[in-house]
Amino acid sequence: MSDNFERFTNCAVEVLAVDADQVVLEATFESLDADSLDLVELVMALEEEFDVNVEEEELDGILTVQGAYDLILSKL
Amino acid sequence: MSRVVLVTGGNRGIGLATARRFHSCGHKVAVTARSGVADDLEGLFAVKCDVTDSDSVDAAVTEIEGSLGPVEILVSNAGITRDGLVLRMNDADFSEVIDANLTGGFRVARRVVKQMMRARWGRIVFVSSVVGLGGQAGQANYAASKAGITGLARSLAKEFAGRNITVNVVAPGPIDTDMIAALSDAQRGAMLDAVPLGRFGAPDEIAAAIEYLASEDAGFVTGTVLAVDGGLSMS
Ligand SMILES: NC(=O)c1ccc[n+]([C@@H]2O[C@H](COP(=O)([O-])OP(=O)(O)OC[C@H]3O[C@@H](n4cnc5c(N)ncnc54)[C@H](OP(=O)(O)O)[C@@H]3O)[C@@H](O)[C@H]2O)c1
Repeated sequence: MSDNFERFTNCAVEVLAVDADQVVLEATFESLDADSLDLVELVMALEEEFDVNVEEEELDGILTVQGAYDLILSKL
Repeated sequence: MSRVVLVTGGNRGIGLATARRFHSCGHKVAVTARSGVADDLEGLFAVKCDVTDSDSVDAAVTEIEGSLGPVEILVSNAGITRDGLVLRMNDADFSEVIDANLTGGFRVARRVVKQMMRARWGRIVFVSSVVGLGGQAGQANYAASKAGITGLARSLAKEFAGRNITVNVVAPGPIDTDMIAALSDAQRGAMLDAVPLGRFGAPDEIAAAIEYLASEDAGFVTGTVLAVDGGLSMS
């Protein structure tokens, strides 16, 4: 597991209160029981962790861990 | 259970009465104001904060979080008046009152709600005014800001209901504070005549309503506007 994905996972575990092994690329946020408010909270935590800035519109259509992870990676 | 409470504009008037009341219930209470803080704020944690400035709000809340812990109860009370008839009210008179009373409450709520979400528990109480319900000649700016608080509070109530955060509004009638002392005798007299209970309220009577809305017992109350106004809003 890459260092970045580990940091991503730690944020998800803390914000979404899920187990680390649930945070896999294929997982949908729905399957993690995360609603839109959770997703916003997760992105805020990721912004802090990775020192990046995500615009509101960029969250549209982000449904999976892969989607969110790629979005963050694209900013590094 | 001891909670961390933040009262904006807590150095005098209704805010101070509210802070003292929470303190006497055993809570940890922070108060903010712009103009430095008096030193008779015994037992209260005083920080400087201008609610019209997001950076100042952030710095103040960060300081409170560091010393007392995350804010669990927010009382958004800071407010100003800039009275005048509409025909003589300039843009700054209007927008500065909105900025302090309405946008100020938004800024502070936005800053503290994240930690409430994490905790899955939170209470936000906005101090509005009876004037926000009925309007008032000479207070278009102030009444607009106070009416706006209801829309803000109810939207927050819906947005964060799933996180066990309640958001309510207290709408005071005329209360014996600096804000009332600043009026002319004639204005005060007219106000007294309009209040069915025939007197001004005491700051602590507003504090009592705020304390209730922030209590465990009020856990099923959200998005409500509680008038504490001697009956003024009936007429
Ligand atoms: N008194 C009444 O009859 C009455 C009736 C209905 C509603 N209300 C509402 O109740 C609340 C408290 O009223 P009050 O009578 O206790 O007023 P007050 O004695 O005039 O106190 C106002 C408080 O707000 C603070 N404040 C003002 N602008 C601020 C800003 N930009 N940033 C931070 N703090 C700021 C003041 O701090 P500084 O010391 O730094 O100025 C002060 O602590 C207000 O929202 C008011 O509209 C009052």
